[in-house]
Amino acid sequence: MSSVAAPATHPLPADWRDFFALTKPRVMSLVIFTALCGMLAAPVRVDPILGFVAILCIAIGAGGSAALNQWWEADLDAKMKRTANRPIPAGRMDRTSARDFGVALSAGSVLVMGVAVGWLCAAILAFSIFYYAVIYTVWLKPRTPQNIVIGGGAGAFPPMIGWIAATGEITLMPVLLFAIIFFWTPPHFWALALFVETDYAAAGVPMMPVVAGHHSTRRQILIYAVLLLPLTLLPFWLKLAGWLYGVSALVLSGLFLLLALRVAVFRGGATDMDMRPEKRLFGYSVLYLFVLFAALVADRFLIG
Amino acid sequence: MQLPPDPETERKRIQRGRNRALGLILVGLVVLFYLITIAKMR
Repeated sequence: MSSVAAPATHPLPADWRDFFALTKPRVMSLVIFTALCGMLAAPVRVDPILGFVAILCIAIGAGGSAALNQWWEADLDAKMKRTANRPIPAGRMDRTSARDFGVALSAGSVLVMGVAVGWLCAAILAFSIFYYAVIYTVWLKPRTPQNIVIGGGAGAFPPMIGWIAATGEITLMPVLLFAIIFFWTPPHFWALALFVETDYAAAGVPMMPVVAGHHSTRRQILIYAVLLLPLTLLPFWLKLAGWLYGVSALVLSGLFLLLALRVAVFRGGATDMDMRPEKRLFGYSVLYLFVLFAALVADRFLIG
Repeated sequence: MQLPPDPETERKRIQRGRNRALGLILVGLVVLFYLITIAKMR
């Protein structure tokens, strides 16, 4: 980590909107949704107040780790078009404020989770923050093209914590929910990395397309999509979810596999126009996760 | 043509916004701890 140049003359204090942007609200919306689905899919009635507090803590913990990620990666963000306008590289916020904000959100969310919901949930939340802010951001991302594979674990924690907040114990289903997001992350992120590859290459991040090339990345996207299909069907096969979820998982994962196959066999050039299959897979992958988890909850409430 | 905002006015505007946000967070925390207490007492 080295320092980003601060504006020379008495910079203005960061606006509250910049602090809000530091929490990556768009990522947070997916975190809130999957955590809520994990909680609602659990076969236990949750106290609405404690359920709300658990989701709030998961969201704030995710926001805290996002702030710590941006504090650490400010130099890297400055080199990429997609991230150059974030509060620190754009010079709207000093690094110390971002770090303190991230630490305060992280510590606060873990403490409140522990007091209100339980210390098992708080411990897993603390570990998920550590996983994203340290294991992924500091350790893996700058070192290995497998950064996304292992780092995907960070995004896989919310539904697991949501389920455990409701039931109070770690069983097979929350582990399966974790595994689904874990295996979904590489094809989702590598599809994006294929069409923003030049940005990552310029910043020196060893993303799979930069290190292993397009052909290998496309093949690996397909491998993960193939693995995702039986994995998403496991809750149905093991009778942990009903037919509504089973049919949804089959259709959604089948389409995911089809789009991944088109990416895998694609032999086009590197222009924006030619990256249509990758863009389509990336767009669909976001929708896929939303609908799959919504189907899990609908199955629980409609089929029981 | 629009003149750029005066830095001092801009600073005060930002500070006011931050103070309001902090105030809301503090009130939110008070309400949250009240609700947690009620839920735990049930």
